[in-house]
Formats: sequence, C-alpha cells, structure tokens
Amino acid sequence: MAEIMYWEALQRAHDEEMARDPLVICMGEDIGVAGGTYKATKGLYEKYGPLRVIDTPISENSYTGLGIGASFLGVRPIIELMSVNFAWLAMDQMFNSAAKVRYMSGGQLTAPCVFRSAGGAAHQLGAQHSARMEKVFMGIAGLRVVTPSNPRQAYGLLKSAVRSDDPVYINEHELMYNMKGDVPDGEYFHPLEGSEVTRSGTDVTLFGYNISVHWNLKAAEILDKQYGISAEVVDLYSLSPLDREGIRKSVSKTHRAVVVGEEEAPVGVCAEVISIINEECFFELDAAPVRVNSALVPQPYNHTLEKAAIPNAEDVVAAVLKLFGRG
Amino acid sequence: MKLEDKKRVLREMVVHRRFEERCYQAYIERKIGGFLHLYPGQEACCNGVMEAARPGYDYVITGYRDHVHAIKCGSDPREVMAELYGKETGSSKGRGGSMHIFDVKHRFMGGYALVGGPFPLAAGIAKGIQMKGGDEIAICFLGDAANNQGTFHETMNMAALYKLPVLFVCENNLYGIGTAIERSTAVVHQHKRVCGYDMEAAETDGQDIEKVYEAAKTAINHVRSGKGPYFLELLTYRYRGHSMSDSRGYRSREEEEMWKQRDPIFILRDRLIAEKAMTMADYEAMEKEVDNYIENEVIKFAEESPEPKAEELEKYVFADRESQMPWITGKAA
Repeated sequence: MAEIMYWEALQRAHDEEMARDPLVICMGEDIGVAGGTYKATKGLYEKYGPLRVIDTPISENSYTGLGIGASFLGVRPIIELMSVNFAWLAMDQMFNSAAKVRYMSGGQLTAPCVFRSAGGAAHQLGAQHSARMEKVFMGIAGLRVVTPSNPRQAYGLLKSAVRSDDPVYINEHELMYNMKGDVPDGEYFHPLEGSEVTRSGTDVTLFGYNISVHWNLKAAEILDKQYGISAEVVDLYSLSPLDREGIRKSVSKTHRAVVVGEEEAPVGVCAEVISIINEECFFELDAAPVRVNSALVPQPYNHTLEKAAIPNAEDVVAAVLKLFGRG
Repeated sequence: MKLEDKKRVLREMVVHRRFEERCYQAYIERKIGGFLHLYPGQEACCNGVMEAARPGYDYVITGYRDHVHAIKCGSDPREVMAELYGKETGSSKGRGGSMHIFDVKHRFMGGYALVGGPFPLAAGIAKGIQMKGGDEIAICFLGDAANNQGTFHETMNMAALYKLPVLFVCENNLYGIGTAIERSTAVVHQHKRVCGYDMEAAETDGQDIEKVYEAAKTAINHVRSGKGPYFLELLTYRYRGHSMSDSRGYRSREEEEMWKQRDPIFILRDRLIAEKAMTMADYEAMEKEVDNYIENEVIKFAEESPEPKAEELEKYVFADRESQMPWITGKAA
C-alpha cells in the first residue's frame, strides 16, 4: 500500500492498461505532449507514441465520436474531456452513439469506451468552468456512471471501466487531483456497482459521492464530538446504477438520512437517492430525508458568492441537527 | 464495369427500388411505424460506390436512409424488412427500426439518426482499422445537409490530420429535409468544402452508375493505398419526400419530372438494351420476378416473424451481465 495522489492513481491505471493491451488508447485535449491538464496521462505520450496517445483538436463532440467509432472495432479508448463543462458538447456522441448503439443494434455492436472529465466548482472558475453534470449522465440508459472520491477508487474504477464492455463515464473533481490516499501496490479493480460505508454510525446516514463524501466525513466528526450524534457516511461511488440495497441497509440501521451533493437541488443524484429511500424503506424512517445541495445559480466568480453557493460540512451538520429537532 | 456485373447490379437496383416502394405501401397499411426515409432515385450512388469497394469487407456507416446500404453490404432483405416490421427476426431484433439497421457480420455498422452523427464514427472505425493494421477502409455515406453540422468540419480536420483510411461519400440530393441546398448552404458544390482540410475530393453524376463506379474506384484506390481520406460528391435526387410526412411542397413537379428522366435504373437498363445485352422483355420479366421475390419471400418473412417478447425489454441495454461480473463486483481473476 502506497500513498499517492489522485492524479497519480489515474496515471498508473492508464499506464498499466496501455501496457497490457495494445488496443487501449487515450485521447483528448493536451493529454499527450503536454502531459494532461491534470497530469492523468503524464509520460504516456513518450512511452506509447502518438498513435495511442492522441492529442486531439478542440472538437469535443467529434473526437469523442471518433473514439466511439474506434471502440466498435475493439479499440478501448479512454477519452478525456478536460472539463465536464466541455462534455456538454460531446453529449450527442456519448448519449446518441455510445450509450444507445448496443440496444438499437440488437446487441450486435457495443462501445467499450471510458469517458473521463473533471467537474465541480474549484477556485473562482466562474459560470462556464464549474458545472456539476452527473445528474445528466446518470439518466441515460446504457451508460454507467462512477465517481471516485479518493485515489484508490480513482485507480480501481478506471481499471474496471477500461475492462468493462459497457461505456463508462467517470466523473472526477477539479479540486481532488492532488488529494493523497492509499492505493494497493498490486493490481486492484474497484467494483463498478455498489457503495462503501466510509464511516460506520447508528443515528443518521450521510449519503454523498465524490467531494461531498469529504464534507460528510468532516460533518460526522463534528456531530460526534460536539453533539453526540453518531453519523454513518456512505460513499455512492456508482451513480448509475445507484446501490439500492446499500441505501436500504444503511437507512434501515440509522432511520434517518441526509443526502449531500455539490449539484444544484432540482433534479439529480440527491433527489434520486431520496426516491430510493422512499421506495425501499419508507417505514424505517424516523424523519423525512433531506438533501443538501448548491444554490441554483450560474456559479459566481466572486469568492464570497462562490462560497455561499456551495455547501460545506457546517451545512451538513445544520441539516442533521434540524432532523433531530435541535437546529 | 464488366457486362455481367452491370446485369447483376441492374437487378440489385430493381430489388432496392421495389423494396423501398413496398415499404411505402406497408407504411400506409401501418405495418411499418416511426419515421421512414426512402431511397428511390439515389440507387446508383450506393451501388456504384460499393461495386468499387469490397462489400462485407470494408466497413460502411450511414444515416437514417439506410435500408439499401445494408442490403448492398450483404444483409438479407428479409431481415431488413422484418426490422421495419419491428420483429425479433429483424436485423436489429426489432429494437432499432428503419433508421437503425445494423448488420455487423457484413460490416454494415449502422444507420444513425442524428444528421452528421456518423462522420466521427466513420473516422473512428478508420482509426480502428489503422490500429489493427488491416487493408479495409471505412465508407461513410451521408447527404449534403449533413455537411452543415459541426461534426463535418471537425471530422474532416481529424481524418486529414491523422491520415485515416476513410471515404466520405456525399449523396447530394439537393435538399436537406425540405430546404433547398442553395437556401441553406453558401457553397452548393460540396466537394469544394473539404479543400480547407487539404483533402482529395471529386464530384460526379450520381445517376449514372458507371460514372459513380469509375470515380469511386479512384477514390477507393487512394484511401486503400494509405494516402488518407477522400471526399466523393455524387449529384443525385430523391424522388420521395424526406420522410413519409413530406408532401414535397418545396419543389416543383416539373423539377421532379426532369430528374426522373435521368433515372439511374433506366439509364443502365437502356444502355444494356442498346448494347444488346438484354431486351425490354427481359427487363420486364426481371421486374416481375423481383416483385414476386419481394412479396413471397421478403414481405412474407416479415409478416410471419414473431414479435420481441415484452419480458426482454431490457435485454441489450448493457453487455451480458454474467460476462461483466469481474468488473461489476471488482473481483477480477
């Protein structure tokens, strides 16, 4: 077990998969000679050359489509969309081609592609570089959606995504590439489905994914130390499909749920999780489940406004206290 | 083209024409649902190019006007018709429909319904060929209106940049849905548009199969020999509307009549008759034989085939779950 950074974990997964299979390629803007905006493909151009590490023009929809077309012949492309905000432009090919081709061909063609992109608000990147779009991807039939919250998941999910015959979208976060964490020394495949209990508790479940898992861990600490409330933290690293059984199990134990995401409130992961709670374990609930989300505004540039738009651990604590009638 | 090939292709084109006309009738009878885009008038384009290519070996991709392209690649017309009928025996097991015929065993990589969507997919297929080191080529058939999508320019740039083995065939039928090309497009001659990407290109008469064949031979030699992509524009005309709800109010009957004087099937037929390779009676007998085939085999097969089962609704959304368990559960061997 070694402690490495999130970007290093991604780079290692790329490197191992490319070394194993000559049909694994990676492509995207600045990923080759420049080494990748977030360094996830650092050193690969030198090692594997321009035919397999492809610096693309800034033509998101078409280079994504090109990767998908190559995957029809058994090529396994890892397609980096530098920022999730640019993935809007590639959604036509991701949704209309990759996600649907298996179904509309009656199982004849499949698109074993991996799409990776960085989303979320970072430091004052403004309205067009701060989007959270997982809510859009998770509603598309035929596309798997995963979102790693630490280097171990980043490494293992990318490895599994490359091997999977289904198209997989990996939702990363701008603020997490330098996060450190333990990654197994040997080869490790993280499951594409399921969820993880990151911290065990008995009084309330804090559901989160990606960066919100970290807000929840901090909130659980505060709740324990200052309020004597034992919070369980569940990491929903798979957004499509969501882990119904994992959600049911935790709520059946704690009887209360707060669902936390950086996404804006209307329509999304959090709404979906609350629906699952209602469908799976309504009679286990001691309080109505609530969600903690970003404000529905185009992300502001100003630092104070930006902070006000995004939730944090204190907001999670406040939501929990309210559930217990202590807010 | 060799004489025996011309005779064979004439019959194929008649099959294609009659197949499409029979689709029209089946649509009126509500046996076929959804949107239906028919090919009559354009037969020499697909046939001429594919005679110069290697059907079933070269990869073909196209838009939603796709029935004839699939059949030309080797698809059984019965399976294509069954797909239009939404049957389990259809090319795509009834899940695709008219706009999504697929026949991967014959390397027909599908019909796609977003205008311009297949451009990058074709380039990607060519990328796959390049990586695997074969001498196949990718052939992308699309209409003129697809060239007004961003994917056209983005893909031409990448195909030229990466020197991909892909032939783009532009079937310029002069209308994008119901808008005449000169009303939607600053440059009417489509082959001129790729000079910005330093791509080899040519234009020819899309109604005369021998001219299409010759132009396609040059184009395919270029692509197959590793010189990079090629853009071939074929000037043609679709007799019917864009799809079935189109009453063709945007063009005159005189214009349609003028094009029907240059019918691709009649051009070839009359040439064969002039060369004394067949008589009008031979042609008429062949038409009758084709009609019988369409009715007694193609339509009959589609009519009698079973529907998909409702309990198999979710089949084909994802890859077979059992085979994917190592990655789904993370318990890789």
